[in-house]
Amino acid sequence: MLYRETGQYKSSYAADQQIFPIAQDRYLFWAFMVFACVVPPLFGNDYLFQVILFPVMCLGLCALGLNILTGYAGQISLGTGGFMAIGAYSFFKITTSFPELNILVVFLLAGLISAIFGVLIGIPSLRIKGFYLAVTTLAAQFFVEWCINRIDWLSDYSPSSTIGAPPRELFGILVMGPDAPSWAKYLLMLGIVFVLTLCAKNLVRGRIGRSWMAIRDMDIAAELIGIRPLATKLSAFAIGSFYIGIGGAMYVMFYLENVDPEAFGIFVTSFPVLFMIMIGGLGSILGSYLGAAFIVLMPVFLRNFFPLLQIDIPSHVIQHVEYMLFGGLIIFFLIVEPAGLARLWQIVKEKLRQWPFPY
Amino acid sequence: MLEVKNISLSFGAVQALHDISFGVDQGEILAIIGPNGAGKSSMLNVINGFYTPDSGTILFKGVSRAKMEPAEVARAGVARTFQNIALFRGMTTLDNIMTGRNTKMSKNFLWQALHFGPARNEELEHRRKAEEIIDFLEIQAIRKTIVSRLPYGLQKRVELGRALAAEPELLLLDEPMAGMNTEEKEDMCRFILDVNDHFGTTIALIEHDMGVVMDISDRVVVLDYGQKIADGSPSEVRADKHVIDAYLGVSGN
Repeated sequence: MLYRETGQYKSSYAADQQIFPIAQDRYLFWAFMVFACVVPPLFGNDYLFQVILFPVMCLGLCALGLNILTGYAGQISLGTGGFMAIGAYSFFKITTSFPELNILVVFLLAGLISAIFGVLIGIPSLRIKGFYLAVTTLAAQFFVEWCINRIDWLSDYSPSSTIGAPPRELFGILVMGPDAPSWAKYLLMLGIVFVLTLCAKNLVRGRIGRSWMAIRDMDIAAELIGIRPLATKLSAFAIGSFYIGIGGAMYVMFYLENVDPEAFGIFVTSFPVLFMIMIGGLGSILGSYLGAAFIVLMPVFLRNFFPLLQIDIPSHVIQHVEYMLFGGLIIFFLIVEPAGLARLWQIVKEKLRQWPFPY
Repeated sequence: MLEVKNISLSFGAVQALHDISFGVDQGEILAIIGPNGAGKSSMLNVINGFYTPDSGTILFKGVSRAKMEPAEVARAGVARTFQNIALFRGMTTLDNIMTGRNTKMSKNFLWQALHFGPARNEELEHRRKAEEIIDFLEIQAIRKTIVSRLPYGLQKRVELGRALAAEPELLLLDEPMAGMNTEEKEDMCRFILDVNDHFGTTIALIEHDMGVVMDISDRVVVLDYGQKIADGSPSEVRADKHVIDAYLGVSGN
């Protein structure tokens, strides 16, 4: 009843091509954005920010980058952790070398450096496809890990190659560093994530997005209708890595604040981000964030769930249970809904359109 | 407008095409026929640059080329459809047709990311052109349907739409009626004739249905075992002794 598009006629192509052609979707989205801008800064506590919102936003952005590369352009990558590290260490180097530089510019530069590395790693993709390409991107992961461990210059010669978030201001408000208030960090991150997500949506619904999907769905046909495979794949690598780089920089500067190279290992970054887009939905922007939320919230939920039932389980057992449930859920999802949470949301909307009449 | 001269192509020891020459005139419908394995699809693949011939040249609009990337051939004005449907399965009908126009779009990715000003105008202008093709092929109702959910006959039509979207001067159709029922074949024939009529597109097609070939084509080229055995109007070809032999076989004595 509530979710019905009857009577919403489009009289121009511009109206038909907007992001949310259905008015209810539009209202829901803006209501959610207002909620996201107002409620957490006013009522949120540090637990909410530190444990839930920050990781969801940072990793969601990384998942979006990987989704552009894997979900839209069809190029499988296991090098996500490497690109996150490139973004984070570039950000650290630039902002410590030029402390006066606006941090938004620094984020942009860190993303660009990551994009350049992405293009380099993407060059073999013209010849190497599928799982073999995934292995070559692993090379990127290990190479970057090696670099940040061995090249002390990257971490300003700190012991064990640790980098931290320096205090930085934006428009006179302290937004970075250990003393910055959570709400300021949160609003800045929300702004970055919103703008970048909007840009990603625009890219995937335009010419470039269509050429990515064409290469993904049938590369030979795409080539025969005039899409240049190498340029298209490299643009996906560049833009995907740009997003992952910025996501990685936010991950370190706002969320972890102090990291050593271990934090970018393949099992703590590359694989989880890949699971996010698989669970969230390949080729879906909403899915990237749903997947990130799922993977971040799952352990939080499990940790609070058993104590809630008054079952006394030692914490190390919970951790094992967590792993088991986690693996089980991933298999469950791949069998039941390979298209992910985004597809489930789609199905819910289709059902809602017909509700309460099932036909 | 297209001149194929002395093309030979072999895969290892198999000679797929042997010294083939023919021309396609502006505005005509040319059919390439022949028994299975005669080299028809290979010929199309050579024309749009997917295979590089061992020898011979191809002149398109008077410009000769030895080796060319398929993407460049497409940009020069050659579009094609495929024997087994090669649509982008995860995309909607509209997106598939818009992708056919991709080579005509030029705004760089920064504009696209903003989706504002020039990029937006470009997108809307091409949407209008895509809608003209959707109207032409009568597929309005399925414009927002993912193509993998469409029935076979409609997928073939969408594929024709995607090729037309590039506004080609030469359209190559690889078995456009394969696997269709009579009604769908009649529709497809009508669309092919309409395209030729309405847009003035030159068409080269491969087809096995002789009734269709004889009815719609202006000229027929017959291939057999990689050799050209006949070239002429449908009635000439039908009476040609080599063609009859190739299709019906030669009696032992």
